[in-house]
Amino acid sequence: MRVSIRYFASVREALGPGESIEVESGATVGSVRSALIARDAAHAAALHRGRAVRSALDQLLCDESAAVGEGAEIGFFPPVTGG
Amino acid sequence: MPTARVTVQHADFDLAVEVAALRGDDPGVGAVATFIGTVRDRNDGVGVSSMELEHYPGMTERAIEAMIDEAMRRFEIRRARVIHRIGLLQPPDQIVLVAVTSAHRRAAFEACEFLMDYLKTQAPFWKKERTPAGVRWVDARSDDDAALARWGIAGRNAQPEPGPAA
Repeated sequence: MRVSIRYFASVREALGPGESIEVESGATVGSVRSALIARDAAHAAALHRGRAVRSALDQLLCDESAAVGEGAEIGFFPPVTGG
Repeated sequence: MPTARVTVQHADFDLAVEVAALRGDDPGVGAVATFIGTVRDRNDGVGVSSMELEHYPGMTERAIEAMIDEAMRRFEIRRARVIHRIGLLQPPDQIVLVAVTSAHRRAAFEACEFLMDYLKTQAPFWKKERTPAGVRWVDARSDDDAALARWGIAGRNAQPEPGPAA
């Protein structure tokens, strides 16, 4: 199934605003992050698990166990610093 | 008629105008608490000449709306308003406004602080500072997570990794 990925702040600077990718059914936000890390060196550097990366599923903060559905929007970004 | 509760905008805001609009013609208001966050000229000991604020359009508004719903449940407040600016800002520009009305002061004070603590760690904004050494993304602070934890909510924003991979 197809999902859309969006990046923000330092992750966006490294990878661009986002991309559309194909993932297996049963995917989670964590498995999508792993698949992205496996893509190439740029993705690995921006999203590797030593780095603090927060995620959102369909525009709600989530943890990596969140199940991903067809057409989902997944955001990856660093810890937030507003206010 | 109440104005919008949440606005993300480039433009500056006027406290007096916003408070007047929030109070409106509500005769039950006995207290108005407001907080304004502004751009400091120093951060972590380094001079800051400007900052660029980025957000996640759609998610931001949705997240702050949910925070206001939660504040309405927790505190006896009448109305709340949040404005957050984005784009290029300089010291001493205003960044964020939280304004709350209530019948009595405690609810307004508490809800204002609650909304600010919540927003700091859960609303998708990012700041990039310009300093004499160049530009840098601002780091999240663990004491902001601690501030939210006082309200019984686990923020987990600033810690290195949120947990084991799925």
